[in-house]
Amino acid sequence: MVFNSLPFVCFMTGTLLLFYLIPKKVQWCFLLVCNYVFYTIADPRYLIFIAATTVTVWFAAIKAEKINNEQKEYLKAQKGEISKADKQAYKDKMKRRRWKWLLICLLLNLGILSVTKYTNFMIDNINDIFSGAVSLKPVDIIVPMGISFYTFQSLGYLIDVYRAKHEAQHNIFKFALFVSFFPQLAQGPICRYSDLAPSLLAQHRFDRKNFSYGVMRILWGYFKKVVIADRIVTGLSTIVGSTEYTGAYVLCAMFFYALQLYCDFTGGIDITIGIAEAMGIKVTENFNLPYFSKNIKEYWNRWHITMGSWFTDYIFYPISVCSPMLKLSKWSRKHLPAGIGKRVTVYIACFVVWLATGIWHGAAWHFVAWGLTNYVVIMISQELEPAYAKFHKRFKVKDKAFYTVFQIIRTILLMSAIRMFDCYRDVGTTFRMMWSMITSFRFSTFYDGSLMKIGLTASDYMILAVGTAVVLTVSIIKARKGSVRDGIYARSSIGFYNICAVLLVSTLVFGAYGVGYDQSQFIYTQF
Amino acid sequence: MEEILEILSELHPDVDFENEEGLVDRRIIDSLDIVTLVSEIDDRLDVTIPAEEIIPENFNSAKALSELVRRLDEE
Repeated sequence: MVFNSLPFVCFMTGTLLLFYLIPKKVQWCFLLVCNYVFYTIADPRYLIFIAATTVTVWFAAIKAEKINNEQKEYLKAQKGEISKADKQAYKDKMKRRRWKWLLICLLLNLGILSVTKYTNFMIDNINDIFSGAVSLKPVDIIVPMGISFYTFQSLGYLIDVYRAKHEAQHNIFKFALFVSFFPQLAQGPICRYSDLAPSLLAQHRFDRKNFSYGVMRILWGYFKKVVIADRIVTGLSTIVGSTEYTGAYVLCAMFFYALQLYCDFTGGIDITIGIAEAMGIKVTENFNLPYFSKNIKEYWNRWHITMGSWFTDYIFYPISVCSPMLKLSKWSRKHLPAGIGKRVTVYIACFVVWLATGIWHGAAWHFVAWGLTNYVVIMISQELEPAYAKFHKRFKVKDKAFYTVFQIIRTILLMSAIRMFDCYRDVGTTFRMMWSMITSFRFSTFYDGSLMKIGLTASDYMILAVGTAVVLTVSIIKARKGSVRDGIYARSSIGFYNICAVLLVSTLVFGAYGVGYDQSQFIYTQF
Repeated sequence: MEEILEILSELHPDVDFENEEGLVDRRIIDSLDIVTLVSEIDDRLDVTIPAEEIIPENFNSAKALSELVRRLDEE
């Protein structure tokens, strides 16, 4: 049941209507039932996986909290009567006990994730390494929908309880709701318990403004997905589906994919946040106008924000400040040149994070290459920062509009180029195709009618141009004046509903439907 | 406080760390800077900042960071 299918639209509409018709104190129970119905419709076999994660994480968190509380009470009772050394020894002992539960749960859940997602990838690699000598057959294994998202969300909760950032949820059904909230199950965002749970578990009275805002956001998401992303995918698939399309075609594919991925992923997240918003539930924002970023580091602070902050908080910091890394840092400061010595731990931790980010996106070498290319570019730009600072001081261009536009275009080009690993899904082909932009770039491709032979007609280009212009205009208004919906609603609520109607009609009229149309899955659902 | 200010200034000489109170929130320092800071503090002040203490509230100002270092040192 993909978001852009009629069954999902019916399911979503029914859920939204019934949510406000049932007694408020059972709203969360109703949502939990909806989640499990949604998941069962997708594939009943998925249930065992999500149930396993829910039960194990819930149990481990309660255990970790119990040890935390025991420690707190003991230290309170012993205040002033225990030496500093004994206090530290006691804390270390309790930490080891907590760590045991955390480790068991992490291994179990990451084990499930690894087996379901990466078994065939491992088999392929073993066959390649021992070519001829070993020939393992791929296994028929199911990959539960959204497993990466709900596993990470659950483990984030567990680590936060382990760190005593918030209390554990003792009601397993309420915790199950947090793990399985259906709008975010397929493609995130990866929410923190402290951000999502309060509004998810609260009772909600119907609020016209909230509901209208949610509906507008849902329609906006559908507009981006169905009118733009699903339309441009035809042209993109033609180009990347054959190595005959070289040179200027590859440049087109870069831009097509940048537009498709943006509209697909942000559109999906808009639908997710919109459904939640219509019910008064606050889901964390996942994007902040990423294509207006002036450098790659800023881009990653604005794109898939919840994934980035998850990796930073639960992988990057723990690796960077663990005892062996601090020892390494001390050693490198003494024995290596000052600039490098200070940054060795950053280099290593970043490498691990980007390797993990690449693998998280998929079980294939091109995702690893994509992750590590991001790492290399970020590290280079980090090292070039002093040079940039000198340049900005010397030429005073930092706040000039033309320079900002140049930085934005540079970032878009760079990110679009790196994403071609994902597009061609093969490292060697990606390099060959990118190289062809230098060796066989034919400028006439843009005007000699070649682009009309890749599955897109003149009317497709027209709809894409207008749709993109609308998205760009809304983004510029948002960047300059803040929330677009607030602006429209403040001026006239009738105007607000008119715009909703225009969005609905545009999506129905200009959406990529028709003969041969297949509701394409959202790109991030596969992750 | 003095040493914290010195470490911060070495990282970003152009920032007024004495008065700035939104170092993380306003993205004046990022995660890479924070890790460098933690390593510097461990090296020069012999105070280890664990991962769970790396939250914006503890790194938003030189004062908050000094308070964190003082608390961890006392513990």
